[in-house]
This record gives sequence, C-alpha cells and structure tokens, in this order.
Amino acid sequence: MTLAGLAIVGVLVAAALAAPLLPLADPDLTAPFNRLAPPGTPGHPLGTDHLGRDVLVRVLDGLRVSLGVGVGATAAAALAGSAIGLVAAYYGRFVDGALMRAIDVLMAFPYLLLALAIVAALGPGLVNAALAIAVANVPFFARAARGAALVVVRRDYVDAARLAGFSDLRILLGEVLPNVAPLLVVACAGTIGWMILETAGLSFLGLGAQPPQADLGSMLGDGRKVAVAAPHVAAAAGVVVLLLVIGLNLLGDGLRDLLDPRLKAGAGGAPQPATAVERASVPPASDLGGLLDVRGLTTAFDTANGRHAAVRDVSFALEPGEALGVVGESGSGKSVAALSLNRLAPTPPGAIVAGRVGFRGDDLLDLAFEPLRALRGDRVAYVFQDPLTSLNPVMRVGDQILEALRPAPGEGRAGLRARMLALIADVGLEDSERAARAFPHELSGGQRQRIGVAMAIANRPDVLVADEPTTALDAMTQIRVLELMGARAKERGAALLFVSHDFGVVAALCDRVIVMYAGEIVEEGPTREVLRAPRHPYARRLIACAPRLGEPDRALEALAGAPPPIDAIPRACAFSPRCDHAIEACRAAPVALEPAGEGRRARCLRWRELADA
Amino acid sequence: MRTYALRRLALGAPVLLGVSVVVFLVIALVPGDPAAAILGSYASPENVAKLSAELGLDRPLPQRYLRWLGGVLSGDLGRSYALDRPVLDEVLDRLGPTLILAAAALALSVLFGVSAGVAAAVRQNGWADRAIGLALLVGVSTPSFFLALLLVLLFSVELGWFPTGGMSALFGDGGLVDLLRHLALPSITLAAAAAAILGRMTRAAMLDVLRQDFIRTARAKGVDEDRVASVHALRNAAAAIAPVIGLQAGYVLGGAVYVETVFQWPGVGRMLVEAIGRRDILLVQGGVLAIATLYVLVNIATDLLQAALDPRVKA
Ligand code: SF4
Repeated sequence: MTLAGLAIVGVLVAAALAAPLLPLADPDLTAPFNRLAPPGTPGHPLGTDHLGRDVLVRVLDGLRVSLGVGVGATAAAALAGSAIGLVAAYYGRFVDGALMRAIDVLMAFPYLLLALAIVAALGPGLVNAALAIAVANVPFFARAARGAALVVVRRDYVDAARLAGFSDLRILLGEVLPNVAPLLVVACAGTIGWMILETAGLSFLGLGAQPPQADLGSMLGDGRKVAVAAPHVAAAAGVVVLLLVIGLNLLGDGLRDLLDPRLKAGAGGAPQPATAVERASVPPASDLGGLLDVRGLTTAFDTANGRHAAVRDVSFALEPGEALGVVGESGSGKSVAALSLNRLAPTPPGAIVAGRVGFRGDDLLDLAFEPLRALRGDRVAYVFQDPLTSLNPVMRVGDQILEALRPAPGEGRAGLRARMLALIADVGLEDSERAARAFPHELSGGQRQRIGVAMAIANRPDVLVADEPTTALDAMTQIRVLELMGARAKERGAALLFVSHDFGVVAALCDRVIVMYAGEIVEEGPTREVLRAPRHPYARRLIACAPRLGEPDRALEALAGAPPPIDAIPRACAFSPRCDHAIEACRAAPVALEPAGEGRRARCLRWRELADA
Repeated sequence: MRTYALRRLALGAPVLLGVSVVVFLVIALVPGDPAAAILGSYASPENVAKLSAELGLDRPLPQRYLRWLGGVLSGDLGRSYALDRPVLDEVLDRLGPTLILAAAALALSVLFGVSAGVAAAVRQNGWADRAIGLALLVGVSTPSFFLALLLVLLFSVELGWFPTGGMSALFGDGGLVDLLRHLALPSITLAAAAAAILGRMTRAAMLDVLRQDFIRTARAKGVDEDRVASVHALRNAAAAIAPVIGLQAGYVLGGAVYVETVFQWPGVGRMLVEAIGRRDILLVQGGVLAIATLYVLVNIATDLLQAALDPRVKA
C-alpha cells in the first residue's frame, strides 16, 4: 500500500514539475471560440474550460501550485508548532502551562473556522489562505512535539548537557530535536494531504488563489459553475486532488508504521475467536481413555524470525474428578498448553500445529467453531490469572456471571437470576444482591477472583482449568480462594487442571503433577512421589525453591537463570545450559520422555544415577 | 460523576474566554484601518471616522477588548453594514439551518463510521477489513467540495431524485419530507469524511479492546461472537470513541462552510463565505464566535458522555 502511495505521489509530482519544461500550451492562453470543448478534442486530450484554456495543462499547473502551497504550509506549521512544543516541554512549569493553554484555545475552534477568520482579516489570496491553514495546524504540531520532547528532556544526557553549561538553544537543537524529529516527520507526512485539501478548499470558495493564478481548488470552483454543461472541467481537477491526497495519505500511513511502529493501527492484531489449527497429521486417540486425552499437543507462535513451538509434543490424560497440576516457570509453556485445550491461545501469532485434544470422544481441535463454543464454559471452563484484567471493567459482575450461565430447558430470566445470586453466595460473597450490581473495580482482588470462580463453575463443567488463579492475590487471600476453588470443583465433580509456578500450591491441591520446561513435559507423577523423590533436576530445583503453605519462613533456594526463549531452544536437553549434572551426552541430542517408575515419566538421561546418589 | 460534570463545565469557562480573545484579535489582524475595511472603498471619510470612534479604535487593545466583551455578553455583536442589520440577528437566523445540517451529518457519520469500524475490526485482515479500509481511505481523502459536486451531478442533475440545493423551512409548505429531501445530499456529503475518520478510529479502538484479557474470558465462557463484539468490545471502545465524535463535530461544523456553499444551504457557513467576500468583518466575528462556542459546548458534552460510559470515573 505504501508503495502504491509512493507511486501515485511520485507520478503526480514528476508530472507537475515536468509540465513547465514540456512543449505544452500556455495554461493561461484563452481561446474564446473553443470554449468547453469535451475531452478527446484534438489538441486538448482533457478538453478546454470556460475560457477555452486547455484543461490538462491547467490541471498540471494547478497541481504544481497546490503542491507548493501544501508543502510550504506544512513546513511553516511544523516549524512554528514544534518550536512552541519544544520550548514548552523544555522549560516546563509556567512556560509550559501558558503555551499549552493558548494551544488549547486554538484547538477549541473547529478546524476550518480559525482559518476562515484569518482569511477574513487578511483578505483573500493564496498566500493568506496557506498562512491561515498553517496557523490552524500549529496546535497539532505543538502538541505532538511537546509530547515527544517531554520524554526526552527527562533523560540523563539532557541533564548532563545542562550541567556542562551548554546554552538552552544548543541543547534544544542538538539533543532534543534529533530525538523528536522522527515523530515530526510522521506528523508532517500524515498532515500534508489534509493541508493541501484545506487550502484547495479555501480556493474553491474563492478565498484562496485569485485569477489569473489558479490552484486545483480554484479550478474546481470554476468547474463547478459549468458543471452541468461540462462536468469534465471540475472532474479533472477533482480527480487529481483526490489521487494526490490518497497517495499522500497512503505514504503517511506507511511512514508512520515504519518510524513509529507503536502507533501502527492494530499492531500485532487482535486474537481470533479460536486458535488456528494447522496440523499436518492427527495422532490417533489413545486407548487410555480418560476424560481429557491430550496427545502430542504442539502450539507454535510466529515471531520476527519464523515460527517456533512454545508447547512441544505434550501428552497427558485427565481422569474425571481428578486434580492435575502443571508446574513451571513463566515461559515454560504451561499456560499456552492449558489455553490450547479450548483453543484460547491467541491467533495471531499462535497456531496449534500438531496433536489432538480428546474430550468425550471428540477431538476439540477438529470441532467447528459453534460446537466448540457450546462446549466452552459449559463442559470445559477457565479461571484466569489476573481477576482485574480478566473481568470486563464496564459490566456489572452479576451480568458477567449471568452471560456464562446456560439456561436449562424452559428456564426464564428469573430462574437464571436466582442461580446467579446463588452462585455469588456459593463462592462466599456476602450480600449477593449488592455484589451482583458491583463493577469489578468496586471489589477487592479476592472478591473479583471469587466472581471468576463463580463464572467458571456456573454450569458444573467436567473440566475446570485454572491458569495461575491466585498469583495476583496476597498470601492469605490466595489460600482462601484456593480452598474455595478446590472445594467447589470437588462438590461438582469437575476435574481440575491447575497451572502454577508454585510447587507448594500445587502440592496442596493436586493428586498428580506435570512439570514443564521450555515447552515440554520433563516430569510427571503422583504429587507425593514427585515431591519426595523428583526425577528431573529441574523439578528438584523447583521443589527446593517453592514456599510451602504454612511454612512461610523456610529458606528458599533461588532459581538461577531463565528458560530459553522459544526461538532459541537448544537441540539437546533443553535444561542442559542450567543443569548442574549435564554431561556431554545431554548436549548431543534431544532427550526423550521415558517411564520412570510406577505411574511416572521423566525427561532426563541421568535420572537413574541421580536417584541413587 | 456530578462533581466531575461540574468541574468539566467550569473548565470550559476559561476556554470560552480564550476563544473570545482570539475572535476579538481577528480585527487587529486587518491591514490598514479596520473601519475603512468594514465600510468598503466607497465610504466617506466622515463615516469611517464615525465608525472608528464607535469601535474605539483609538484606544489600547485591552480596553477595546473589555468593551467588546461587555457588548458580546449583553448580546451586542455589532452591526453588519452590508446587510444593515445587527450581527446577532443575522447569526441567529443562520444558526438553525447549520444546526440541522450538522446534527444530521454527525448522526450519519456516527452510524456509518462506527459500524464500519466494528465490522472491519472483527474481520481483521480479512477481505472485508481490507475493502472497508480502502473505502475509509478514499473517504478521508475526498474533498467534500468535490464529493458535493459529484453527488449533485449524479443524484440531482442526472437522476433528479433530490433538489440541487436550498432548504425549505421545517414548518414550510413541504413540511418534514421536503426538508429531508433537501437535507439528504448535503448531510451525506458532510458526513462522508467524518464517518471515514471515525471508522478508522473505531477500528483501532476495537482492536485495542479485543486484545484484552476480558475478551478471552468472555470467549472462554462461550459467549457468542456478536455479543463479544457488541457488548464486550464496543462498550469498552465507546469511551475511546466518544472524544473522537467531539472532534468530528468540529470537522462537521467547519466542513459545513463548503457544503452550505455548494448546496446553497442558508446556514452560518455560507454566511461566513459571503461576509468574507464583502469584507463584513463584524459579521465574520459573530459567526465564528457562535460556532466556536457551540463547539466548546459539544466537546464538554462528549467528555461527559465518555465519563458516563466508564463506571470507573467516579469523582
Ligand atoms: S538430561 Fe542431562 S542436562 Fe538434561 S536434565 Fe538430565 S542431567 Fe541435566
């Protein structure tokens, strides 16, 4: 798109600049006997206007005038505006206050009106019109420059320059301006089309270019008077303005994306309703059965340097009513794995590229969106990490629970409401009527997460996935909410998949545990066994550094280092760079997940020797 | 909310005062003798001297400003010599048509701009998003005076569906139907660019919201996508869109100048263009002051709307 813009602007600018050099007719040469000739007339490819002047030549001429005026007005506005903005940001306090109040006042005028008032005072004319448009745009540049400069003037090197005794002017031009310049270029590029349009508008109204001088606006104005008899006169000028401004806007958008990617509209993109599934092949269902049967699940993310798996070949089963913990540091892929089950991992940039998620005979990765949606929140429900961001801030929490509830056959609004209130009471909030009317920000963190639990258990799901549900809460609240969640899940017979970085919390809640590292399962087994005798060195470290509930004073071993980023996972045991026991073989090839005792698996070459040691 | 509203209203007062200073200073920009400029080149020296004294041109600016402001506050905006009637009367006569036109255009632009933005955002990067994006780009780039011309040529001259211009009074012979027929083309013209800008803003605001955690929560609950877009995303984006609507009000009020001129709509915009042509500076001052005041009030209203849309704004 940017290239298209560049092409349009390039061609138009070249044509406008070349026109005076080409052997074309004089744009002001009138020919009274050849008035309003239609396009295609020999010698006049676009026809002639009401004075018999050649339209093509005149449009090129007007284009040059409009371009010149637009560039001049933009430059003037940018210069004056950024000077004001820089001075305001640099001196701050009183100077800033006074200048910005003045700018506010100018911004209080509808855009074109200020320009009109100025033209009214100065009198019509192209220069006056351009000046008026420039003045009307000064506030925009002043604000943009001030905003960008404010960030810069607080930096150390500006202070250093001040201490070194440099003059204010030198600091402004030498240190501040270069940092603000890219933003000003973006602002200019985004505004120039608009300025050309508005100056042409004033000419169109007869307040800009005065005959015999003409820009595209005044040509449109002339053309309008004969529009019914000879629409080509106005159309030629209009189409050229339109093309020019489209080209400039495309170019401005492209330049903005290039120089200031943060402003890029919809950068990164919003997630689709369900994670994309792009599997080459589908593994068969296992004969293990189970309620949830996850086989070879692999979820990848598109990054700047290609697609990389954040979750690799994850397989596990979840029995009805069971509580399974998934433990790992942040970046271990545990949350992505949990979100992938219901296809809630964000696409873009994510996609599930391999595996299957068996649930009651269906492969969830194979479902169309509607059946998947029917299942979401009904059979498989989620509790998320931060209850403040995961609740809608402008919706009453009662309504948010209400929309989670699936009506039973024949159940009306009143029935649903009663169930909603009962749920609020059930998760331990007093005065459920009042709590239902509250907005999320009116509740405490613990109360918010109770609402989160209420939404999740609303339909007695078969599987409850909790993704770090208490990490954002303080220690006491954590325990209470965990107990509540465990109890409510158990009462309703829901299997619990509990994701956490905290071995202690998992130990308190789960029968079985999976340890993940760098997107892979590295250890799996009954919680008590894993805690007593971890097989994998990483699991051992996690356990050593976990606070135990009720033992807040236990000395914790810090976990040094961090898991590798997903685009730099070694083709070896992924833990080898951090492992105290690594040997040559560990770094030679990836390590397989193998059985390691009764109901246990581990991904370590040396688990046997280390267990004996 | 109530204290917020009062505070916001109070903040409007100094801005209005500033606006009045700028409008007043316009006359100081006039090259040469303003009195001579106002009365035109055929005025006798005596009349120029008389008006000069009336305007207090011999006194220092601050004093003149206070006198002028006192006049404005008591409803005296001066006299239009060309029309031979008080500026206030003329401005008030012209304000109604402009309000009707601007309100219709703003309503159209919100309706089409917001729906286009939402439709594009929920189909991000799909063909519909691209098509809407292109349409919005063309909308932003089309000069309203050119669009006005195209619409007149097509719908009035060729097809004869709508009148080429003018306006009939609401309580005139044609009644509401006739008014709407006259209103159709001007309001569509005026709405086009504003709708395009609003559409782009809405799309960006929607995408911002659609990225947030609570959207994932809604989807995890199995809320259907229409509801995700309308109830969850749009209601949160609305707070970001409201101030943009305020800005578009400014665009519409300014753009009315072109549209009223092309469609011979008897509003303030056309009045201003005519007055500038006659160098009727006092009338220009009055018209600009009226529209700017209106715009300040609209912006206060959209700020209050934004606050009302967000329950977190309490104070
Ligand atoms: S395979 Fe080697 S490097 Fe990896 S965890 Fe085991 S001992 Fe450490």
